[in-house]
Amino acid sequence: MDMNEIKEIFFQECEEQLAELESGLLKLNDGDRDPETVNAVFRAVHSIKGGAGAFGLDDLVSFAHVFETTLDCVRSNRLEPNQDVLKVMLKSADVLADLTNAARDGGSVDQARSRQLIKELEALANGELPRASAAEPAPKAEASVPAAVVSPPVNEEGFQPVAFSFEDFEADEPALIEGTCYEIVFRPKSELYAKGNDATLLLRDLSRLGEMSIHCDKDGLPPLDGMNPEEAYFSWKISLKTDKGEEAIRSVFEFAEWDCDLDIALAGGCAVDAGEELPMQPVPFDLSMLDEAPAGSADGEEQIATRDRDAAVSAAETASNVLQMAQSSNRAPAEAQRNAAAAAAAQQAASAATPTIRVDLDRVDRLINLVGELVINQAMLSQSVIENDTNGTSSINMGLEELQQLTREIQDSVMAIRAQPVKPVFQRMSRIVREIADMTGKSVRLVTEGENTEVDKTVIDKLAEPLTHMIRNAVDHGLETPEKRLAAGKSAEGTVRLTAKHRSGRIVIELADDGAGINREKVRQKAIDNDLIAADANLSDEEIDNLIFHAGFSTADKISDISGRGVGMDVVKRSIQALGGRINISSKPGQGSVFTMSLPLTLAVLDGMVVTVANQTLVVPLTAIVETLQPEASAIHSFGATQRLISIRNSFCPLVDVGRILNFRATQANPVEGVALLVESEGGGQRALMVDAIQGQRQVVIKSLEANYTHVPGIAAATILGDGRVALILDVDAIVAASRGQSLKPEMSLAAAG
Amino acid sequence: MTYAAKNLTTGGRELIAFRVGDQEFCVNIMAVREIRGWTPATPMPHAPSYVLGVINLRGAVLPIVDLSARLGMKPAEPTVRHVIIVAQVKSQMVGLLVDAVSDILTVRDEEIQPTPDISSEFEKSFARGVLAIEGRMICLIELEAVFPQEEREAA
Repeated sequence: MDMNEIKEIFFQECEEQLAELESGLLKLNDGDRDPETVNAVFRAVHSIKGGAGAFGLDDLVSFAHVFETTLDCVRSNRLEPNQDVLKVMLKSADVLADLTNAARDGGSVDQARSRQLIKELEALANGELPRASAAEPAPKAEASVPAAVVSPPVNEEGFQPVAFSFEDFEADEPALIEGTCYEIVFRPKSELYAKGNDATLLLRDLSRLGEMSIHCDKDGLPPLDGMNPEEAYFSWKISLKTDKGEEAIRSVFEFAEWDCDLDIALAGGCAVDAGEELPMQPVPFDLSMLDEAPAGSADGEEQIATRDRDAAVSAAETASNVLQMAQSSNRAPAEAQRNAAAAAAAQQAASAATPTIRVDLDRVDRLINLVGELVINQAMLSQSVIENDTNGTSSINMGLEELQQLTREIQDSVMAIRAQPVKPVFQRMSRIVREIADMTGKSVRLVTEGENTEVDKTVIDKLAEPLTHMIRNAVDHGLETPEKRLAAGKSAEGTVRLTAKHRSGRIVIELADDGAGINREKVRQKAIDNDLIAADANLSDEEIDNLIFHAGFSTADKISDISGRGVGMDVVKRSIQALGGRINISSKPGQGSVFTMSLPLTLAVLDGMVVTVANQTLVVPLTAIVETLQPEASAIHSFGATQRLISIRNSFCPLVDVGRILNFRATQANPVEGVALLVESEGGGQRALMVDAIQGQRQVVIKSLEANYTHVPGIAAATILGDGRVALILDVDAIVAASRGQSLKPEMSLAAAG
Repeated sequence: MTYAAKNLTTGGRELIAFRVGDQEFCVNIMAVREIRGWTPATPMPHAPSYVLGVINLRGAVLPIVDLSARLGMKPAEPTVRHVIIVAQVKSQMVGLLVDAVSDILTVRDEEIQPTPDISSEFEKSFARGVLAIEGRMICLIELEAVFPQEEREAA
């Protein structure tokens, strides 16, 4: 595995962490104050920082670090995560995502923006808690001993311990400047060595921070015959005099902190030799504290205080452990509580993340392919059994029925592998809402529902673009400015609601805003100005609403960065249609608009109409077909030399002979003998496609033609019918384009060669 | 497989010989994935005349090429007696319609005679040599030359 592969894994994990981060922040934004949510957010940023550090991505590290520091304030309850704070945090998450992308794909990020956010984050970290950054308390041991003895209830508050510990220590703050002494107990676990870290190197790094004396505790070493060569037995007791602060010490152990017991305490009175007086038996402490104090948080500081007391007591009562034991037992309830909390959190984390594996998409596709084939094969087999079986009650029939059920189940399960929740796309939308709300000065709240609705991965991938367009439109055009909203008697904050749900084998995505709704007068006027409709056209409300899907249509008064260039809704409609979906709009003046998209659950299957053209079986995507009709001779009108039109309810529509266009026959077929499929295609034009007969309607599995052949003009893909034969799926847009005179037939170098 | 391996180590190579019209050809056996009977193909619009259409090969769409027409001879009229040689050309699979598969040959490189000096550029472009086996002449063809990638893409 080379470095690039490892890096790729890192970025994949980053993506997951960023998603975790964002969903955590959004939860906080909704008022969730669960400490585990805060921890999850913190962990996400911390992991990104750690990984980025390993790859030397300095920009990412420095930003993540500031972010982490601020998050830490929230974690330790020093900073109330109110809306304003979360706004900054969400923006920071966006910048973090940008930085990650920039680190992966190259490219640059908006430096000014990230610098601004760094400032804001730092202000948050410092502003609310002026002493937080400088807080390296050097307490008077004597003063805190009684406090510790009498104050277990304070400790029991568990997550809000800071308020009390600082009060006592402030006075001694200046001691910090000329260098503080720390007692560090560093006890590596065997995992530390297993991961290739070396205690020597860590200690060497530590020595660079200041004046240091080290004592190696060899007591844990068993006799030679009882020794496990892979076990870690030594621990170190270090007295360090440094002006760098605890933060710096912890950062030395940053990548080892999970694999060692690390205990950092301020030594009262800077006695380097005080260490020697302590009983060689290391100060007792429990692991859960370490889990919660990776970056010198308030928890950490509290531990320092506690540890200080321990140290002071030990120094005073040299060689006697009695009081220490007593203190431990004082501390015990609080720790037990914290242990319980940690255990609960771990359990929660475990239940939230069911084990998953990463699988190459190709492998899944191959499996899907084979299962599809299995289904076809099974159908063919039962067909031939039924044909050859006269009495119809044989055990073969029963077996076949079971086989059929099994294959169906297998097919469903295999399809489910590709299905993914729409959550990532929805999360991306919340970012877009934030950005556009910022740009337009509107206050917007995005509410998402049904984010766990599952749909095929390819659909998800292609959903982001149209959805982005629509969200932009909803915020920019749909919602009013806060002033207007207040004037209309609504709350200043607009709501955009994004919902996903399953409905009759399709996924329905709804985007609703509570804005002003479509201004039909304006749309109508604009359509007249742009020659889209006649000035005296009589249109229903629905028809007017649908005008916004026309190419080159925009009602925005001024063109902005966000929208208004008129390449909006028509693109949306086209990409939804390309996915085999439909889009509808309903709007109530003053109450907002609702866009409803209905999409197939997978792009691997398609609802098609099976038709016959010149003895060939073709499949026409059902989404393209508006209606089917049986032409009458009187409705067919010749137009020029070769063209024919069909009149449908007094409007004329060009008639397109599919067999002729695909070169399946040399002459045009007689329209009266066939069936006309009225289709709507790109650009909105209608065409009547002539086919010989309709065989029926069915769901077909899409097979690529390009895999073994090449792209065929006029043909979108192929499929395999129940009889095992290949049928071609018509590319309606290409056929219509060809009927407009564009050549369907490309250069045929092979034909020339052959 | 062990048989093939043994031959490879002794410097031999295995070829599949087949009949197209009244001529015999052979291709490297390593390019051949399977041999199957003729099933009617679905014609493709705007395809070159020698592409008969596509068939379903266990879920994959496989184009069928009439090798006779491709090599400039008269187009085949497929019957149930015809066979399809499924071959891999670069990353793509193609089905070759031939009259019959006649033999599996094990030959050494030195048994392959160079292509005779003839005027036709086309024959020269795909023929990689000729073999004399029991009084028959078998022409070794290079599939990649018959279906060059760039032309396939253009088609």
